[in-house]
Amino acid sequence: MASNTMIEVKSLSASFDDRQVLKNVSFTINEREIAVILGGSGSGKSTIFRHMLRLYDVPYNTIRIFDKDIADLNESEQLVFFMKLGVFYQNGALLNSLTVGENVALALEQHTSLPPDIIENIVRTKLELVNLGDAYQLFPSQLSGGMLKRAALARAIIMDPPLLFCDEPGAGLDPVSLASLDQLILNLRNLLGITVVMVTHEVSSILRIADKIIFLDDGVITFKGTPQDALKSDIPVVKDFFSKGTGATLPTDH
Amino acid sequence: MKPLKVFDYNNYSYQGGVLYLKNQLGFSNAGDYSNRLRKFLPNIKERNITIDCNQLESIDSAGVAAIYNTVRILNKKGITTSFTAESETIKEKLELFKPPDFETHKSSQKNGFLLKIGDLLYKVFKEHALSFLYLIADISYWTIADIFNRKQRRKGEFVNQAVNIGVNALPIVLVLTFIIGMVISVQSATQLRNYGANIFIVDLIVISMMAQMGPLITAILVAGRSGSAIAAEIATMKVTSEIDALKTMGLNPLRYVVIPKIYGGIITMPFLTMLANVAGIAGGALASYIYLDITPEIFINRMSGVLYQKDIITSIIKSIVYINLIVITGCYFGLRVEKGAEGVGKSTTKSVVAAISLVIVADLIMGLIFYR
Repeated sequence: MASNTMIEVKSLSASFDDRQVLKNVSFTINEREIAVILGGSGSGKSTIFRHMLRLYDVPYNTIRIFDKDIADLNESEQLVFFMKLGVFYQNGALLNSLTVGENVALALEQHTSLPPDIIENIVRTKLELVNLGDAYQLFPSQLSGGMLKRAALARAIIMDPPLLFCDEPGAGLDPVSLASLDQLILNLRNLLGITVVMVTHEVSSILRIADKIIFLDDGVITFKGTPQDALKSDIPVVKDFFSKGTGATLPTDH
Repeated sequence: MKPLKVFDYNNYSYQGGVLYLKNQLGFSNAGDYSNRLRKFLPNIKERNITIDCNQLESIDSAGVAAIYNTVRILNKKGITTSFTAESETIKEKLELFKPPDFETHKSSQKNGFLLKIGDLLYKVFKEHALSFLYLIADISYWTIADIFNRKQRRKGEFVNQAVNIGVNALPIVLVLTFIIGMVISVQSATQLRNYGANIFIVDLIVISMMAQMGPLITAILVAGRSGSAIAAEIATMKVTSEIDALKTMGLNPLRYVVIPKIYGGIITMPFLTMLANVAGIAGGALASYIYLDITPEIFINRMSGVLYQKDIITSIIKSIVYINLIVITGCYFGLRVEKGAEGVGKSTTKSVVAAISLVIVADLIMGLIFYR
């Protein structure tokens, strides 16, 4: 494993009820990279995602993250592993009984010994970063769908994680909010050096921020490369995806 | 002058109006930094302080929050602050993670006990009392106006509700009132025997069951059984936008959903209550026979002397008032549900608690009216 490799997936296969969902999938994601996993419904992208988060049983020697086989972590190593991850779920997955501020502060309160006023400062900063400065004392039930997503992102980045997983971050956001969310993710990568793994279908977003695209089709990786290469690709599913996106063109360098 | 150390480590020091930050400041040591600095701050004499980040190698959002917290505390004391940082990364992080201006959500002013009670009562009155009265007015209006108008009701819904609220509750109500009648009888038997007043057990059982315990116990059971179901049903309808769908189809949700429940309740509750009274008296009679040797013949003879028409009418009036309170309370909390599964649960709980409380208060008021 190269020194700047953050995630290495090697010959990962998975099946549910005799139906093979992933077939010998291998790829690497380097530090400070923004990698997008693409594919149609049932292509296996969520299965890879959940394997990398250890939400499914991971076979030994198939996934290495932070230079460790994630199938072979003891209890304390697991805690360290999860503390270094930020995960942003598509539907927010905020706890309804807590306010937005309490939701975002949860990991800080549980895993650090910071005093309450510092915690409040950090939480308010992160909420401000996702344009939710006024939502500190609101409950998730009082937020719109887009606001829920942003609150979930604030919770995911609360510990400045070196690795951020995002499941459909742009779905349900208006183009302006989506662009500012992309800019925020770029800022986080540039300033904190975090690595981002993202599942998204927003072509504009992919072209704006992705360094690497991993395209899945029926459990097999059909394309790996940069967005520029993807736009020029002759592979039918990849070509189809980008041509039916937004008539996209390459953006200027970021 | 020897630098005045803020911390044990050499990571942070203070000298001549300059706070030097060194090495790294982040999640692992920001809490320590803050706590130590708080103790140190009263010793600072200067009016202007520079926070020197030139020797800082790395910082994260916790570090930035801790620095700005220092700035906040110093500014409150009238001490001005400024930053020096050569590293672009440090400068950018100081900018990116700068906390917004906010008023802390913890109130510094502590309210007194009486003030808290006053606030609570005002809140209850403002949030609940008025809208509850409006709902009562609405439901009362439509209950009368819709008696002969079936247009905005689902066909067969009235019978459904009558079965749900009244008929299905019959077994549990009869069993429990029978047991309660026995309990009252057993408890009183010992006392009455001491005075040789065995026969008065009949008066006690009949009057207490007919005028008081029968309607009250029935109402409490129905509140727990049907009141909760009504609240949960309406809350779920609200959460899943079914109530909105009815409105946009030009249907009045109260007339479509609530009024059939009121009719079903009003028709069945008096029968349910009367049957509960009978079961309670039967339970009392059985216990009297066992403990005081009062035979059923003696019991019935005596009962005909103490059972007044007024008690029966009071029992019926009470049952009608109670079922209205139960349905309206269920409907009120169902309609006030907040989003999500948890909201439905909360509404149901609140509805049952409020319905039982209102039934007991109404019992007191009617007791005062009918038995002054």
